[in-house]
Amino acid sequence: MAAEIYRAIADGILIGGVYALMAVGLTLIFGVLDIINIAQGVLVVLGAYLSYSLSARLHLDLFVGLLVTVPAMFIIGVVIHYAFIRRLRGQERTAMTLLVTYAVALIIEGILYEIYGPNYKELNATYVTNSIHILGFYLPYIYLYGFALAVVLVAALYALLYRTRFGRSVRATMQDETAARLIGIDVNKVAAITFGVGVAVTATGGMMFGATNGGFNPNSGYDLISRLLAIIILGGMGSIGGALAASIFMLTVESLVTIWSPQWAIIVFYAALVIVLVVRPTGFFGRAPVRAQ
Amino acid sequence: MSALLRTAGITKSFGGVRALDDCTLEVEEGSITGLIGPNGSGKTTLFNVITGYAKADAGAVYLGERMITNSSPDKVFNAGIGRTFQLTRIFPALTVLENMLVPSKTKGKQSAMEQLEFVGIAGHHDQLAGTLSYGQRKLLELAYVLVADPEVILLDEPAGGVNPTLVGQIAARITELNRTTRKTFLIVEHNMEFVMGLCAKVAVLDAGTVVASGPPDIIRTDPRVLDAYLGVDVDA
Amino acid sequence: MNRSTTLKLAGLAVVAAIAVAFPYVYSSPVNTNYGVYGLIFVTVASAWNIFSGFSGYISLGQAVFFGSGAYTVGIAARDWHMNGDGIFLLLPLGAVVATAIAVPFGLIALRVRRHTFIVITIAVFFIFQLMAYDFWFTGGTIGLPAPFLPWQAATFNNPFYFMALGTAAVTIALAWLIRRSKFGLQLRAIKDDEDRALGLGVRTMRVKLSAFMLSAFITGFIGGVWFLYITQVLPSSGYDPLFDLTIVLMAFLGGVGTIAGPVIGALIIEPGRLWLTTRSNIGWLANGYVSEILLGALFLVIVLFVPRGIVPTGREWIKKLRSRGRPAVSPTGTAERATPAGSRR
Repeated sequence: MAAEIYRAIADGILIGGVYALMAVGLTLIFGVLDIINIAQGVLVVLGAYLSYSLSARLHLDLFVGLLVTVPAMFIIGVVIHYAFIRRLRGQERTAMTLLVTYAVALIIEGILYEIYGPNYKELNATYVTNSIHILGFYLPYIYLYGFALAVVLVAALYALLYRTRFGRSVRATMQDETAARLIGIDVNKVAAITFGVGVAVTATGGMMFGATNGGFNPNSGYDLISRLLAIIILGGMGSIGGALAASIFMLTVESLVTIWSPQWAIIVFYAALVIVLVVRPTGFFGRAPVRAQ
Repeated sequence: MSALLRTAGITKSFGGVRALDDCTLEVEEGSITGLIGPNGSGKTTLFNVITGYAKADAGAVYLGERMITNSSPDKVFNAGIGRTFQLTRIFPALTVLENMLVPSKTKGKQSAMEQLEFVGIAGHHDQLAGTLSYGQRKLLELAYVLVADPEVILLDEPAGGVNPTLVGQIAARITELNRTTRKTFLIVEHNMEFVMGLCAKVAVLDAGTVVASGPPDIIRTDPRVLDAYLGVDVDA
Repeated sequence: MNRSTTLKLAGLAVVAAIAVAFPYVYSSPVNTNYGVYGLIFVTVASAWNIFSGFSGYISLGQAVFFGSGAYTVGIAARDWHMNGDGIFLLLPLGAVVATAIAVPFGLIALRVRRHTFIVITIAVFFIFQLMAYDFWFTGGTIGLPAPFLPWQAATFNNPFYFMALGTAAVTIALAWLIRRSKFGLQLRAIKDDEDRALGLGVRTMRVKLSAFMLSAFITGFIGGVWFLYITQVLPSSGYDPLFDLTIVLMAFLGGVGTIAGPVIGALIIEPGRLWLTTRSNIGWLANGYVSEILLGALFLVIVLFVPRGIVPTGREWIKKLRSRGRPAVSPTGTAERATPAGSRR
């Protein structure tokens, strides 16, 4: 029993790192563009499929493949922003962005079905199937590599945000878009690049997801996006550190509950969200509630 | 005359910044009191604390005998304190008349139209408030705060960014209201002419605390006040 | 009564006459089916609009009320061994249960920022869908059947048609009344600037929650009607994520916050959607995935090309047509022609 609990905690933390990669992109997009990118789930799946194709057709190692998929997803993100999101304005902007991102998700999902079909795929490599033996259970190497990658990427994002001029522009835009414009920041460019980065990060999340989820198909996006949304709320929308903390927390809780009842684990996930919000409406690290937008 | 609105020892910090520091202010019933001070002295924060938009870390706010510290904004309004904002806030998607009917204690369209007449924008009652000019919005904000008949009215820079003619109109309205209804006004302003000409008593806020208060003539020459403004030319 | 009011009333009478005559003119069940579905969605879209359209809090959890209404009727009919025409008495129960759900739902969800609100509605939606799959009393994956109604097949749809029509009419009337009332005004003020409204004494939580509960009541009721009509409910049909998005799209297409908007939007989209699914065994459309791509493309087209919705856009055109040739009237009054403060992102 103890081994199961250790495994669950280890799983939770490591997978939490993976989810953090996807959640961080989502929260960043929210922070800068003030939109909820419902397509993020499907984009993760797209990243998984891209990794799959590179691995199955070109026999590229999964991590090496990231050198291709990450820039590719970045470009996809910028294109999506430029084509559909950039021009959304007005009082109903929130409803519009929801519909648009959902529409994009549907289209991508449909395309994936067309190309790959409905059957489940998996990403494979030696380090996916091989594992180390600690504390009485087996831990596939990929979990550790993936977690390490997640840490590196989150650190890199922090460096980007806090140590570069571009990062300053991003943070300024997050805080006050009008003021940012007034001091000469090209807000559109910042928005486009941020969206691109938010999507590019999902490429890594996608690869990890594809390797550790036990199979995926185009429909996997729904489950993902609902969890990711819950995570970023919990962590505080717009907070990167919060997304990381919330991912690890939620996935660990879910992991532990799965020991007792796999069915109810996911409900606990959402219930945790609701409970936290009752106590603290801004999430763990959210900014002070500003009800008027 | 007794103090209708009173704050006692209000302290409020935002992160590391202490915006209000043991701030004690008394506003006499039926008076037009001015609140001046350099930028960053905490004037709007004090308004926010009084009207419930910010929670005080310490201290109390009294309306008459009632303690209203940290009440929510709707309760403060219903208790009889109305307030305008530095950056004029109106409801842009509603018509001017509809704006007037939003507050909780309105007395119907007739009374609303009368208020609009009083401030001079009754002709626009059917227009969407979002299409009004800046000056017209200021007047609208004043009107809908008045429509619920509050005892105390807090005005945050009513003359800010407005042309001199309109400033005169606003001052005239305030004086008239004060004369006919004995309503109490607390006015934050940077426009010294406006304040000195309108207010019977002026309080000076610096670094979150009241450093001086008294009639305009005395305040004008008080060294502490000049010191607070540090080189800003306080024109008589 | 002036001319425009007479015209409007006449128009309304014509529409009502058409609506009532429809099942007699197009009496085959295939056609009345379109009517029933169309009117069900008119009801839900209008109910959604009463809360989300006026207050600006976009809810993606309307299905929570719809499905719960359906399941309540199903569970009650099963457990209380009801059948025959008496089961229609259960419809108000579905509405009440949905409203009861709306209370804690609203108390939690309405205290947060608008974006967080949206996500909470999504989360609650998934919670309910999962409960429908996993609880012992909901019938699990196979769902619940409705009790048998010994009605004639040829006219089976008609009572449902009129039930849906009646509910839709009441909902539209309610929406109209609310919009004219102070309650509606305060809702719209909340949409514009909630904090400001609070500072003017508006009891924002009370106002929001009331509208939320009303929206839930109506949706729960019509959910029960829907259940009895299609004679079954499944977790995936009672709690369908696409349902939520479609409602938003309908209201959006017609014009969020208007009275006629959701009606028009629903009457365009729902029959269209139905028609597409019945045609889905033709050639390339048969491929279910292509229809998904098309649906997404349709969403995009609507949002990008009709961003204000049909009703507001239509009103603008009419205004433009009317004022053609007449010089623009310049507003008199105080001089300032400064640009309006604070343009939205």
